[in-house]
Amino acid sequence: MERYKYLEHTSDAKFQAFGLTLEEAFSNAALAVASLMWNWENIERKIEHQLKVRGKDLEQLLVNFLEEIIYQYETKKFLLGSVEELIIEKAGKGYQLKAIFKGDRHSEKYKIHGDVKAITYNEMEINSRERFVVQVVVDI
Amino acid sequence: MELKKIKDYIWEIPKSGEMKVPAVIYASSKLLESVKHDQTLQQLRNVACLPGIQKTAYVMPDAHQGYGFPIGGVAAFDLDQGIISPGGVGYDINCGVRLLKTEYLEKDVQQKRKQLLAEIFREVPAGVGKGGITKLSRNVLLEICVKGAEWAVENGYGTREDLQRTEENGRMKGADPSRLSSRALERGLPQLGTLGSGNHFLEIQKVVEIFDKDVARAFGIHTLGQILVMIHCGSRGLGHQVASDYIQLMENKLGTRGLPDRELINAPVRSPLGQEYYKSMSAAVNFAFANRQMIAHWVREVFEKVMGSSKGMDQVYDVCHNVAKIEKHKIDGGLKEVCLHRKGATRSFGPGRMEIPEVYRNVGQPVIIPGSMGTASYILVGTKEAEELSFASTAHGAGRVMSRHEALRRFRGEKIRDELASRGIELQSTSWKGVAEEAAEAYKNVDEVVEVSHKVGIGKLVAKVVPLGVMKG
Repeated sequence: MERYKYLEHTSDAKFQAFGLTLEEAFSNAALAVASLMWNWENIERKIEHQLKVRGKDLEQLLVNFLEEIIYQYETKKFLLGSVEELIIEKAGKGYQLKAIFKGDRHSEKYKIHGDVKAITYNEMEINSRERFVVQVVVDI
Repeated sequence: MELKKIKDYIWEIPKSGEMKVPAVIYASSKLLESVKHDQTLQQLRNVACLPGIQKTAYVMPDAHQGYGFPIGGVAAFDLDQGIISPGGVGYDINCGVRLLKTEYLEKDVQQKRKQLLAEIFREVPAGVGKGGITKLSRNVLLEICVKGAEWAVENGYGTREDLQRTEENGRMKGADPSRLSSRALERGLPQLGTLGSGNHFLEIQKVVEIFDKDVARAFGIHTLGQILVMIHCGSRGLGHQVASDYIQLMENKLGTRGLPDRELINAPVRSPLGQEYYKSMSAAVNFAFANRQMIAHWVREVFEKVMGSSKGMDQVYDVCHNVAKIEKHKIDGGLKEVCLHRKGATRSFGPGRMEIPEVYRNVGQPVIIPGSMGTASYILVGTKEAEELSFASTAHGAGRVMSRHEALRRFRGEKIRDELASRGIELQSTSWKGVAEEAAEAYKNVDEVVEVSHKVGIGKLVAKVVPLGVMKG
């Protein structure tokens, strides 16, 4: 199954990520964001980050989760290569997400080809029909 | 949606339904067609429905779809009944443009063009993956967020005159960084003094046309072939984080019910959260002013090294593109203080306004409109009419018409470099992909954007410049 695909958007990047589960769709959305900045398939999985984010609804959870990639990159030079053990649970009135980010610290051997400024709610959709689909527009 | 032609270049969406005021679009028929293809008009209509909006919601000639507010959107809100919205400012708070003049002519730099650009590329940390000045402490960062470009000048980057020729004198007075999240500070620390990627750039340009000799002279632009330097960048990760943080804080506090678009989240201007956003946004504005101040200083150093001197490299002006400010405007026959949002729009004050530097007070403020990569840019002047027609605002650039994705399919960065080189334009970039995404064909024609501004009267043409060297982040 394709992990994600980019759609037309005048000024920024819009994508849909797919999964048989919501968790898989979220993981693939993370890779779609990473691929706007570097080729995640080439990143060695040397470093692990345990991740825990919350959101009052699934949309906010998705924004906070994807923002984590930008934050880890800008402040720790961490390049995401894979997302593992992603779990989404109800927590209080909202949701909680736990996952492990695997990747490497940025160095000469990696090429960065773009920046992502922010994850937006613009045209955001989280749907499940035959499969789970999340649609996101990111500001670049 | 009903769209009424008022006269040439002026279109109106009459007040209907939930709209509290009408909406006005400044565009040629051709620019209007491209705007109709995305959600710009719907987004503009949504803005016209927000509480406390005054007079009219506007979009400038370079408008395109944004988040919540359209890019090119200008809206004023009552201070008591109205709102302030992070989506009305945008993620890149105080994305803006700084213009330096030089006393060099094209013939002086012809032989050293490549070297100038290569040195600038080395001295100014570019976009992606590169940090700015190292070992900046958190306390210094907080000070920068309070003092803006003033901090930079106090620390040896540039001159007092630069401050006088910067919007807000390079420092928003209401800034308070104490409410910035630790994430915003962490993202700001490694990025001070960096250009960033996307549409950000630095260009060495030459003047090719002067439309208004007297005003141009007042701006320090006097000769065809004169060399200028244009710097386009913003508040980097710090500003992006402030926007994300306050969208979430407002959502959690006020909820998203009844909003046609979640990115339209807002808070009453005078509410504690509205004030907190204003103070934090102002801190990010100051970070961006300091950022451009430092980059301008490094550009002067490169000219000293390569050309032997940076004498006469005065700052023409520095303008914000993405900002909310408290400004006085004529509304219902009287002067009224409002919370004015400009999202992808340039302030365009005419002669006499106290907010603009004394040296320009007789002519109006310089308006700097960068074109797309490798194409012309323009210097305009603010007008009295703009105060009547657009809350003293005009366009901010060319405005995209093609998605980055489509641009990547159609263009190759290396090919664009060769094509620019054949026209005598040097290009340095960290990313060929980024170059392809920013291909000139992906943008509206800037010539047409400034023509609309000129003909409507919201910003009058002063000079046209074209690049000799382009550094893209």
